[in-house]
Amino acid sequence: MSAAALQLEVGQVVAERTYAISRDSLVRYAGASGDFNPIHYRDDVAAVVGLPGVLAHGMLTMGVAVQPVVDWLDARGWVSDYQVRFTRPVVVDPETGAEITVVATVAAVDETGGRIDLTVRVGGQTVLGKAQVRVTAL
Amino acid sequence: MPVDPALTERAFAPVAPYLVGREKVREFARAVLATAAIHHDPEAARAAGFADVVAPPTFPIVVAEATLQQLLAEPDAGIDFGRVVHGDQRFSYTRPLVAGDELTATLRVTSIKSLGGNSMITSETAMVDAAGAHVVTSISTLVVRGEDS
Repeated sequence: MSAAALQLEVGQVVAERTYAISRDSLVRYAGASGDFNPIHYRDDVAAVVGLPGVLAHGMLTMGVAVQPVVDWLDARGWVSDYQVRFTRPVVVDPETGAEITVVATVAAVDETGGRIDLTVRVGGQTVLGKAQVRVTAL
Repeated sequence: MPVDPALTERAFAPVAPYLVGREKVREFARAVLATAAIHHDPEAARAAGFADVVAPPTFPIVVAEATLQQLLAEPDAGIDFGRVVHGDQRFSYTRPLVAGDELTATLRVTSIKSLGGNSMITSETAMVDAAGAHVVTSISTLVVRGEDS
């Protein structure tokens, strides 16, 4: 399959999704990743180190934010490069959690695939900077 | 204590090989809300041309964790874990990572910068398969906050 099969066009929004995460999500991610830093599940520890609340792991936000692209690719291609900058912490309320909204837009197209840029927001504010996904056709 | 700039010249030993397990891939996929069949169903993965279930794009952080611990544990590095914040992260692949792959990871510190009392440490963890071929490199920048920030 060639890059043409991906039908990429610069400026095209390939996916827009919202994901709800909760404190349960943080515990699950801690177990799966091995990152047991207590600022991701204990309010008292978060308060002692001066945080506004328990935070999502940056790597959880990064991991979730790429999913709309993976789903959209649907085995026509794969994610060969993915980078983000962690620009704003994601506070996860014990009762209401947090909602991560992702918009994925084609930024560049070439012979083997292209680059998709992600806009990732929580509560209307951008939480990841320079979030770029390289997709390569299979 | 500032971060030691000579860390960039230090050679770190590869960490013990990490065998990517099918159930670990599934567990990690559930944790990052990755529902695509290629992460969970070996038949779906094979139909798409992969040898087994495919690890989600950020999975290699599980493997890189061990090498980052090596860095943080360097007694003379001047890195206070309590002051470390993840600044940015990148994964650059040569090929998709699938269950059954055995990865050997080696860390290299590529740059140390000071910015407004903070130190920024960039490291690359290169991961090769059992045949020694490159699979993925995890690039992390850690920000170590200064004493007064």
